[in-house]
Amino acid sequence: MNLTSSPSPTSGARAKHPTSTRFTRALGIAALVGIGWLVLFGLFLSPNDRVQKTGVRILYIHVPSAWLAYLAFGVTGLSSAAYLWKRTRNLQWDRLAGASAEVGVLFMGITLVSGSLWGRISWGQFWTWDARLTTTAFLFVTYIGYLAVRDLGGTHQQRAKRSAVMALLAMLEVPLVHFSVKWWRPLHQNETVEKGKLNGLMLFSLFIGLISFTLLYVWLVIHRQRVLALNDQVDDRGLDLALAARREES
Amino acid sequence: MNAWGIARLVAAKDLRVEWRSRILINQVLPFATLVRVMFAFALDNDQTLTRVAPGLVWLATMFSLLVVVQRSFAVETADGALDALQVAGVRATGIFLGKSLALLAQLAVLELVLMGAAVVLYRTEVHAGGVVLLVTTYAAATTGLAFVGTLYGGLAAGAKGRETLLPLLMLPVVAPVLIGATRATEAALGTEGATPSDGWPWIGLLILFAALFGVGGTMAFGSLIDE
Repeated sequence: MNLTSSPSPTSGARAKHPTSTRFTRALGIAALVGIGWLVLFGLFLSPNDRVQKTGVRILYIHVPSAWLAYLAFGVTGLSSAAYLWKRTRNLQWDRLAGASAEVGVLFMGITLVSGSLWGRISWGQFWTWDARLTTTAFLFVTYIGYLAVRDLGGTHQQRAKRSAVMALLAMLEVPLVHFSVKWWRPLHQNETVEKGKLNGLMLFSLFIGLISFTLLYVWLVIHRQRVLALNDQVDDRGLDLALAARREES
Repeated sequence: MNAWGIARLVAAKDLRVEWRSRILINQVLPFATLVRVMFAFALDNDQTLTRVAPGLVWLATMFSLLVVVQRSFAVETADGALDALQVAGVRATGIFLGKSLALLAQLAVLELVLMGAAVVLYRTEVHAGGVVLLVTTYAAATTGLAFVGTLYGGLAAGAKGRETLLPLLMLPVVAPVLIGATRATEAALGTEGATPSDGWPWIGLLILFAALFGVGGTMAFGSLIDE
């Protein structure tokens, strides 16, 4: 996987697919096939749960997206730390952090929606003030704030430094929120999203969900961070190109 | 000059600006009181009000914090004062600590008035047994809020759309303070049979919060305001 090279936007053959390479195309096809399998197994081949009936099928989306959202925010935190550390300082880390956070917010949104639908079926309510749910909601809002900070403007280096600090502060905040909510509602702390007993076919569906969503995550992040790199290039070269064009006119 | 000396100068400057403009007294305090009255309209039940009064005090404090922080950094960005300080070689740590100190003083006044208003408007009773806990809660929670306010205020300062960005960034972060301070205040006031001993574990959380954001802010503030 080559995260560092961003294909030139002007190179003829690639101009049609400026952010894709042979690797990402293969990855995209694999993710698509995985999701096809997930639909087949999750919706048709796997049986109903004894207690949750057909509602269990939501978990095949909910669990993988929750796992990916946390993974994505972990990647954002680690790459932010890598950017702030002087020896590994490179804007590539910043763009990886940004891309991962964007995809993380997407998956976190899916997690919250699918989770509350599942909660309505299983618990009879869309939402409970349990530590895990509340922390997840806070994480969602916090990373939306992080993305807003990325858009504040300034040079690429300013953006990178500012948002890297924000990402680390967010990692500081999350455990504090989690523990305070856990203490706040001690009665609910055991009421977590437990799957109950899953049979072999159900576990397999969940497994396909995890794999295909992970492939999708990697595919999305690679593309997003390449688009971000192109954006930066446009910013860097935009002025030069505009000047050159103006000179040619005169 | 060391960071502490700078901090004292910055704090004194902020408080002097405040004293001369009287924004806190003429605008923020009336706003906070108005919020309290609005809560009473919304909840519309005397017993409920007394029950939730500790939470409302802190909720009103959070909203007022947003206003005070906006004001604190509007003073700095209006004439590029923050940039001028940096160009002059003033250490960011000193600016952070100074602005936090000034914010702490302003919040302390605000909270005192809000608590007084709770006694009058929501029939809250303060018992002698809970006073130590109450004062400690206020000290710990306000310190944490002042650090977070300065940190995120500095980040949003000078940014486009900072009025809307600041609440989005700051409110999720101060949620643990809202929870911890509310619970500790309930314990101090004896709301629903709580005793002061129930409140002390929350003080631990509040102190941890203040310490983490104090250290984090001291380290990070320079990179956040770097333009």
